[in-house]
Amino acid sequence: MPNILMPALSPTMEEGKLSKWLVKEGDTVNPGDVLAEIETDKATMEVESVDSGIVKQLLVAEGTDAVKVNTPIALVLAEGEDAPPQSPAETAPEPAEAPAVPAEKAAEAEPSAAAVPPAPKFAAAADPDLPEGVEMVEMTVRQALNEAMAEEMRRDKDVFVMGEEVAEYQGAYKITQGLLQEFGPQRVIDTPITEHGFAGLGVGAAFAGLKPIVEFMTWNFAMQAIDQIINSAAKQLYMSGGQVTAPLVFRGPNGAAARVAAQHSQDYSAWYSHIPGLTVIAPYSAADAKGLLKAAIRSPNPVVFLENEILYGSTGEVPKVDDYVLPIGKARVARKGNDVTLVSFSMGMRYATQATEKLVAAGVDVELIDLRTLRPMDIDTVIESVKKTGRCVTVEEGWPQGGIGAEIAAKLMEHAFDYLDAPVTRVTGKDVPMPYAANLEKLALPNVDEVIAAVNAVTYRS
Amino acid sequence: MARKAVATKAKAQSNVPELTKEQELEAYRDMLLVRRFEEKAGQMYGMGLIGGFCHLYIGQEAVVTGVTMASRKGEDAQITGYRDHGHMLVMGLDPKGVMAELTGRRGGLSKGKGGSMHMFSNEHRFYGGNGIVGAQVSLGTGLAFAARYRGEDTVSITYFGDGAANQGQVYESFNMARLWRLPVVFIVENNKYAMGTSVERSAATTDLSQRGLSFDIPGEQVDGMDVRMTYDAARRAIEHARSGQGPYILEMLTYRYRGHSMSDPAKYRTKEEVSQYRQERDPIEHSKARILEKKYASEEDLKTIETEVRAIVTEAADFATNDPEPDASELWTDITIPA
Repeated sequence: MPNILMPALSPTMEEGKLSKWLVKEGDTVNPGDVLAEIETDKATMEVESVDSGIVKQLLVAEGTDAVKVNTPIALVLAEGEDAPPQSPAETAPEPAEAPAVPAEKAAEAEPSAAAVPPAPKFAAAADPDLPEGVEMVEMTVRQALNEAMAEEMRRDKDVFVMGEEVAEYQGAYKITQGLLQEFGPQRVIDTPITEHGFAGLGVGAAFAGLKPIVEFMTWNFAMQAIDQIINSAAKQLYMSGGQVTAPLVFRGPNGAAARVAAQHSQDYSAWYSHIPGLTVIAPYSAADAKGLLKAAIRSPNPVVFLENEILYGSTGEVPKVDDYVLPIGKARVARKGNDVTLVSFSMGMRYATQATEKLVAAGVDVELIDLRTLRPMDIDTVIESVKKTGRCVTVEEGWPQGGIGAEIAAKLMEHAFDYLDAPVTRVTGKDVPMPYAANLEKLALPNVDEVIAAVNAVTYRS
Repeated sequence: MARKAVATKAKAQSNVPELTKEQELEAYRDMLLVRRFEEKAGQMYGMGLIGGFCHLYIGQEAVVTGVTMASRKGEDAQITGYRDHGHMLVMGLDPKGVMAELTGRRGGLSKGKGGSMHMFSNEHRFYGGNGIVGAQVSLGTGLAFAARYRGEDTVSITYFGDGAANQGQVYESFNMARLWRLPVVFIVENNKYAMGTSVERSAATTDLSQRGLSFDIPGEQVDGMDVRMTYDAARRAIEHARSGQGPYILEMLTYRYRGHSMSDPAKYRTKEEVSQYRQERDPIEHSKARILEKKYASEEDLKTIETEVRAIVTEAADFATNDPEPDASELWTDITIPA
């Protein structure tokens, strides 16, 4: 049996005081028996015996200060075991001196200084080719989202939707309209107003293999649940070494609605896009809303799907094909151009699109990119565009600090610095809580004129 | 008296249920495995082989042992907080994998990427190992939801501590569990202290078995230091949940001998209190005494069990000490599943 060593209370502890012996030489000890008490500046700890045996010798006197970690403090021998040939007192270093052991231990504890391996590169597939002459159906974003859920629920019995007012009320924003009638109350579930609880319940159901769609009436309320989204869902696969997955979709309207003031008007795009393990999607068009929500529901990963209340009623053409699924992580080049790259997503695309129309009319050849997915972000498409245009303006409703535009600007500095002919410029929501007054709210949000002004600045037109 | 109808207090106390010989011996072995494993983990922590937080289960062994014995192993799901080593060992997860996870090695259950608080097994239906106090209660309710959704007759056994009992999402989960009659047994492991704050100093009402009262969830207090009591209560509670009657709360009155985690100032309770529990209430010592008294096994037989358990723990410790750290490339794996 080895000597009893001075233990560490924490990975940072280097020494401590041996304040009290609770055994004496000659005592018989059993596993769990407390041998001694040690103290540091922040804690007291009992040293327990792991094995049984007889206390042959106490090597460090009671009350000794600054006993280094891993110093032998006692010799306990199993019955019939002989003491080591040398006298333990001779082999035990003076407690006050730094023994060789802790140094070795420190070296071992030091993580190997291997180079950080390169991050894997994510490359999304291109959008699927549509059959020639495919019929396009005009529908609202609301209808597109509704169709996506209904189609996926028909396809997979493990898919269900839960949230506040999703069933009998037919959805606070009518996104789940008709689902209760088709799929019944077992699969379209009205929850109590209990975001933290039902988000966690959804994640637990996903651990067990179901594919929940968890609707937040708005993303503002999901702050109650953000711990479950991040700590339970996003990190699960990694923490379990790849064993347990959380395949679910959290969805609902994000960003400013109209005149609902500070607590109900916040853009969480940057928040969730910060988190490894999450997929974050923020579509603009009806077609993308449908194709990406279907992809999100099929994804084996937790997905944050950020919709926008103001866009729910906007219409667009959606291809009429049996199974319209779009690739996650692929930006869409909404307009090709050579003079300036305009990058946006979700509601920002409305300002960017309107600005593009005016700018093109004024002779500026704008390339307009809709990110669609924020994580993984298709930064390659942006970089390639900027290599061509040399200029980039980002548009988002969220706050500037640590925003999506800030991330794009940093990525362009890293990967396209030599191609830039002007600073990357951000058009964002103002750095204030959302005001209620109509005029102030308008001022707080980005607008078309600001986008045009930013493009004029980076193209040196005035 | 609706109140009493809902929540009857440990009525079986006067009539202590008996375990069969096989059950007594199995429980003894399981509890001993947890005890020896945790002692070893504490020692390895002291040697710097285990880092970060390490919450030992010593003293509470009868809770998870009795409950697991009353469950269908491999079918019923279990989920707990960060004091999770004991749950895994009793559920049959590989002690080598648990210990190697504690040392952060590649053979750990989570490939060394989870640590003490984050281990899982789909095969054994163990869902962690959760580091955020109370989060596992919503998650465990979700496991029960999945069972109900699929029409399976499995139960979710969801453990949390007296500290977590004051978290809001626990009550959100109680509400949904009862509202939808989900097959979940909530096990409150009341070891008297949330870190260093006693139940009396943190809870307006200290009978935690009654915390489901306003949701119409029955609950009872159980002697969590006696594996016969934990087994018997769990058997009834699990049957209640499995038969479609909804959730059930068992408050297991237990005690942890060690600190909250390895670094614990031990200033919030007296040494006398700790040694009294160890000397008078120890679940393993009592189990051993019963076995000998009833002649279920001889001293010699128990020594053999002890030797076997020690060999398992030594093997786990050796493996966890010598297994290499994860390959650097593991840094980037298991973040998302590729489409």
